[in-house]
Amino acid sequence: MTELDGTGPLLQLAWRRDSWVVIASVLAIVLLAYSSMAATLSLYSTDAEARAAAALMSATSSVKAMYGPLPALTAEGVGVIKTITMGGLGAAFLAHALVRRHTRTEEEEGRLELVAAGVVGRRAPLAAAVILAASAVLSTGLLCALSLMSLKVSPAGSLALGVVVAVAGLVMTGVSAVAAQLTTTTRGAGGIALALLGLAFILRAVADTSGIPVLGWLSFLGWAERVSPFGANRLWILAPAVVALAVLLAVADRLLHRRDLGSGLWADRPGPATASPRLGTPLGLAWRLQRGALAGWAIGYAVLGLVVGSLAGSAGAIASDPKTAEMLRKMSGGHGSATDVFFGTELRFAALGAAAYGMSAALRLRSEEAPGRAEIVLATATTRWRWLLSHALVALGGATLLMAVVGTAAGVSAARSGVIGVGALLGAAASTLPAVWVSTAVALLLFGLLPRRSAMTWAVLAGFLLLGELGALLKLPDWVQGISPFAHLGSLPGGPADLAGAVVLVVIAGGLAAYGGVAFGRRDLVS
Amino acid sequence: MLRNMALAITATGLRKTFGTTTALDGLDLTVEEGEVHGFLGPNGSGKSTTIRILLGLLRKDGGEVTLLGRDPWTDAPDVHCRLAYVPGDVVLWPNLTGGEVIDLLGRLRGGLDATKRAKLLERFDLDPTKKGRSYSKGNRQKVALVAALASDVPLLLLDEPTSGLDPLMEKVFQDCLREVRAEGRTVLLSSHILSEVEAVAERVSIVRKGVVVDTGSLADLRSLTRSTVVATLGTPLDLSATRAWPGVHAADLDPTNAQRVTLWIDTDHVGEVLRSLGEHGIRALTCQPPSLEELFLSQYKDDLAEVSP
Repeated sequence: MTELDGTGPLLQLAWRRDSWVVIASVLAIVLLAYSSMAATLSLYSTDAEARAAAALMSATSSVKAMYGPLPALTAEGVGVIKTITMGGLGAAFLAHALVRRHTRTEEEEGRLELVAAGVVGRRAPLAAAVILAASAVLSTGLLCALSLMSLKVSPAGSLALGVVVAVAGLVMTGVSAVAAQLTTTTRGAGGIALALLGLAFILRAVADTSGIPVLGWLSFLGWAERVSPFGANRLWILAPAVVALAVLLAVADRLLHRRDLGSGLWADRPGPATASPRLGTPLGLAWRLQRGALAGWAIGYAVLGLVVGSLAGSAGAIASDPKTAEMLRKMSGGHGSATDVFFGTELRFAALGAAAYGMSAALRLRSEEAPGRAEIVLATATTRWRWLLSHALVALGGATLLMAVVGTAAGVSAARSGVIGVGALLGAAASTLPAVWVSTAVALLLFGLLPRRSAMTWAVLAGFLLLGELGALLKLPDWVQGISPFAHLGSLPGGPADLAGAVVLVVIAGGLAAYGGVAFGRRDLVS
Repeated sequence: MLRNMALAITATGLRKTFGTTTALDGLDLTVEEGEVHGFLGPNGSGKSTTIRILLGLLRKDGGEVTLLGRDPWTDAPDVHCRLAYVPGDVVLWPNLTGGEVIDLLGRLRGGLDATKRAKLLERFDLDPTKKGRSYSKGNRQKVALVAALASDVPLLLLDEPTSGLDPLMEKVFQDCLREVRAEGRTVLLSSHILSEVEAVAERVSIVRKGVVVDTGSLADLRSLTRSTVVATLGTPLDLSATRAWPGVHAADLDPTNAQRVTLWIDTDHVGEVLRSLGEHGIRALTCQPPSLEELFLSQYKDDLAEVSP
């Protein structure tokens, strides 16, 4: 028996379990690439118009921080810029989810043990997961390229976009493979890999806005960006990505051979023999279970805020060019300066991340219920409402804390350049909270109503994100764009707050959460 | 049938379906206060579903159920203060130690006896400083058992609590249950390990395909079934005549010793049969009451007939 025996059957098993999710995710990314390009091409009737828009975008530091510099000052450049970031991130998330799910999760739940006792080599589970993830991101890249070619844009540029997606996805496959060897839990492995992804994103954003572009080569998302589709078309960057994947896989393989099945590289230490006084209520338990993840997010958000705030000076500099400042004002609906628009954009993006935190914290309810841990808690004097509210409180409070952290950190670091104050940024961060709460409440609703389908929450968040990114470009009707709670947040800082909108959102959030709670109170606990 | 005693658990005509599967099909169950009640049945017969309804974790589709005189669905928290539950497959929090889980569950239930806790940890030989993810199946089970047994609640709902325990720990568990019984507490013990139930239970209910097919004290149930009598006789026996004796179901001669006979008889006819055997001069005799295993098998022989070719 060789160490790769059984890779084929394991791959089949993985495909049998995940084919629908993989296909849907791949198609979503391809659809994003195709529709942003198609919509952009139809938006500008002349080259001059496209060039003017491209020039404006490339001068906007919020665009630079979010998406990087435009690869080319053309309609294609405008049409591809969002896909470079969103498509790359999408492929990275997909690769990460697949690798983690078929390695560490299988091991943690004990299913791998069942499989490993058969004719399955030591390397086979990792190999199958990596093959699945790599095939998924390569297919995504290829389909993105083909879909753009169907729009009669430059084939080299189309292919280069495919390379962007592949570079981000392949390197993340390797990162996730290593992370899966380090800890004993799925959550831990995910934390490490996603923190690295976040770091790569921040490094890239800093490189693109700080005037030290060489920093971007330290980030694999920076590599992806430097492929520069429809600009320099550096297809060769695929080569270092493949090398990076190979190196990371070699590291993962070494780690795999140094540890036992079920263990990580870091062994468990004994803990306290008795519980601390705080661990005696449902809320105490929820806090104990979730505090680690929240601390990780809070650190990430503090760093994000400091970085974003430090860019305030460069954002203000653009406004000194009166023509650009005028266009920016138009773009933002006539409110505020370039600095305001920059922070508004960044904070709204941070709010999407806080919503993702809120959802994942709320879905803890489901990951407590499914294996049967909720059962032993609810067999005590704990009522269902109290148990649900304890996790809901951590989710809503944690997401709120994250926005406070990012607003304060951005404010403190921006205040040094004197263009904007802490209060203004904290207020702007607070103004996004109603949408964050609605998103979290969606998770609570789905948990109560459709517990086995509660992961659909993530599709809802992806929907909110796509409506915000593409809604205006695709000229979707207002009411469709308005489905996303993030469309009703006013225009802080600088512009007016939407107080009525905020009240309506808070009421909706309360209604969704309450309905979810009532539905949970009436249903069976299900595994 | 009901004696004049308070009832800890009553279920009448309990029904529960999951999609197209009928888990409980009119189940009746009565557990008196202060008894250890064995709840027997093979896998998938509806034992866990019943217990989860008793805990208010599942909602009944029909029938009536009370727990300590209350409705377990609407009065769950009040009832839960007075009971402890051990599931058959304990899942712990990977990053909490066993000791933390024991304390947590005790506090959530409203308190825990620290002396008992320490004693139980010792008796079950459980290390409370290990994290949930590093316990074996048996040790996870012990964590839940210690948490349940260390509380002073009047009712214990135990759903196959000893799965994964080694024989030594199984014995410790049985000792603990005897103590619980001596304290006058009530236990519903679901199991398919018959010796365990036989060792500690006063009454049993046998469930099959979502219905209780037999319930009563072990003595009652035994009287309904057959004892095995093996006798070595002074004079040979005419088998066909023996089979006509009242209460005799079957008779067999030892092929190597024609004076050694085995009879399967109704338990309430043992006396008559022994008198008849006495006429043939008994030299040696053993009389075995039916084991719980035989009781159990007699209830399931249809199922066994279906699976055997």
